[in-house]
Amino acid sequence: MKTPLRHTLALFLFALTFSVPAWSAMTIEIIGGAAKRIPLAIVPFAPADKLDDPAEIVSADLARSGLFQLIETRDVSPLPREPQDIRFPQWRAKGADAIVIGQVLPLGGNRYEVRFRLYDVVRGQQLAGFSYTTTPQGLRAVAHKISDVIHEKLTGEPGAYSGRIAYVLKSAGRYELQVADVDGHNAFTVARSSEAIISPAWSPDGSRLAYVSFEDKKPVVYVQNLVDGTRRALARFKGSNSAPAWSPDGKRLAVVLSKDATSQIYLIPAAGGEPQRFTRGGALDTEPAFSPDGKWLYFTSDRGGSPQIYRAPIDGGGAPQRVTFEGGYNVSPTLSPDGRTLAYIHRREGRFLVAVMDLATGQTQVLTDTDHDESPSFAPNGRTLLYATLLGGRGLLATVSVDGRVRQRLSQSGDLREPAWAPVAN
Amino acid sequence: MKPVVYAALLTVLLGACAQQPTKEAAVIEDRAQPAAPTVAKDGIETRGIAPAAPDARALDGTLRMPPKNAAGALGQRTVYFDYDSAAIREEYRGVVEAHAGFLKTNANAKVILQGHTDERGSREYNLALGQRRADSVRQAMSVLGVPEARMESVSFGEEKPAVEGQGETAWQKNRRAEIVYEGE
Repeated sequence: MKTPLRHTLALFLFALTFSVPAWSAMTIEIIGGAAKRIPLAIVPFAPADKLDDPAEIVSADLARSGLFQLIETRDVSPLPREPQDIRFPQWRAKGADAIVIGQVLPLGGNRYEVRFRLYDVVRGQQLAGFSYTTTPQGLRAVAHKISDVIHEKLTGEPGAYSGRIAYVLKSAGRYELQVADVDGHNAFTVARSSEAIISPAWSPDGSRLAYVSFEDKKPVVYVQNLVDGTRRALARFKGSNSAPAWSPDGKRLAVVLSKDATSQIYLIPAAGGEPQRFTRGGALDTEPAFSPDGKWLYFTSDRGGSPQIYRAPIDGGGAPQRVTFEGGYNVSPTLSPDGRTLAYIHRREGRFLVAVMDLATGQTQVLTDTDHDESPSFAPNGRTLLYATLLGGRGLLATVSVDGRVRQRLSQSGDLREPAWAPVAN
Repeated sequence: MKPVVYAALLTVLLGACAQQPTKEAAVIEDRAQPAAPTVAKDGIETRGIAPAAPDARALDGTLRMPPKNAAGALGQRTVYFDYDSAAIREEYRGVVEAHAGFLKTNANAKVILQGHTDERGSREYNLALGQRRADSVRQAMSVLGVPEARMESVSFGEEKPAVEGQGETAWQKNRRAEIVYEGE
């Protein structure tokens, strides 16, 4: 099944001093979906003052997930705004299992109250009801929070609509490191360069981005504060400096340096300081990733003759253990927030694909069928993976559910690459 | 004698230019533009040099870099590699030896060895592969007697292809190490 949802996303100026608004539109296309979708009616909130209708944002969120079937509401009149207005038999007849109603009430002083209620249509019972106070600028964020609540109530699993993503846009020979909402809205540029930028990595609290910039004609690791836009070089040693990864407590980073031997992993305090060597030997070691409990460092190494994923205890200095065995190329490890699943890139017959491994059983599954997948990262709810791929030679971002069923593609003019899903929704 | 002194001054000035302190800035844009115009060649941005520079001599009469039109192996700056390999092929031994020889006789010359890969696979893994290629050339030069302090090996991974496009024809031109002299 292929359901293209063409969605030209308007952008509004983000009132942040460091941000450069990115004037471009992202297109989202959905491929696949759950075998059984939950039929859901979302009634327009119909806000005054020409505000965006949160119901439309919620509808777009939930449709994109591939888990819901949205029931047409336009042919119902009058549309219910309050609980007593809902005629449940009418919505049952339309096939809805659940209904969302809501409104946006002006409070004065540019502030609004957004109320919403979610009802079980079959039983006529309220499943959730919340009220949020916000400004027009905060309306989208509120809508995404409502999507998260509805998703969790109806599927039993947390949603991931409220988060942010970072990625690199290459356009006209320039590289822009951008941060955007998960739906591509509110994109703004935090760094722009004529040289490549790669490997953005979010700090655990989402306030800082580490990344690799080639602006000095060599790879250097920078850490940028997203609140005030200041940044500093965290690792600028002789040779190459790359592949930053934050420890779960945010106090240190793993980086790859070539100052002593070819591409070895080091640990370095987040505040800067002397790097402490973590891996040794003649092989190349790169792409470090911490386990969420902070006890293990996963990484890519060719110590066995081909690139494979290994892990080593952070403390105690135990010998690295090999984690991947299938195939001759397994790279780019990343751990799910619960630490149970490893996602990585697996090469099969010359194609680079997103794969996951259940770490308890060692069972693996390839999730994608594209050719050039790179840089997987988990959503904060652990249910979806964001990655980069190529389509017709052009870079775009894509997501896939961890069961492989639902996929989305996010594209815009220019090459999108190096995505990273922020670890917290704020 | 006089032209030599002028050339030496020019060398010192160019050296000073190359070491301009860079300011920390939130947006990279301001600092990503080199002071001198850039010339894109084979995907590598090289800093523009005044015509006299290649023949500039330091006060002791040594060169900072080989003349642009150097004949033979010294005129070659690129070493190509096989897929997933950092071994220097026999046909490029002469290039490495020529530059090692130049560095030994010209004590003020410093070299940056830039490793590159083709576009397939992980960017960070490719960065490490490119580093190994650059390291391979550096180690070969070290064995030939070039002091480590005058060499730096860095990697661009797949970020600066010499040739755009897919397919083995493009890829084999991108799996390479470039020999770049400080001041170029």
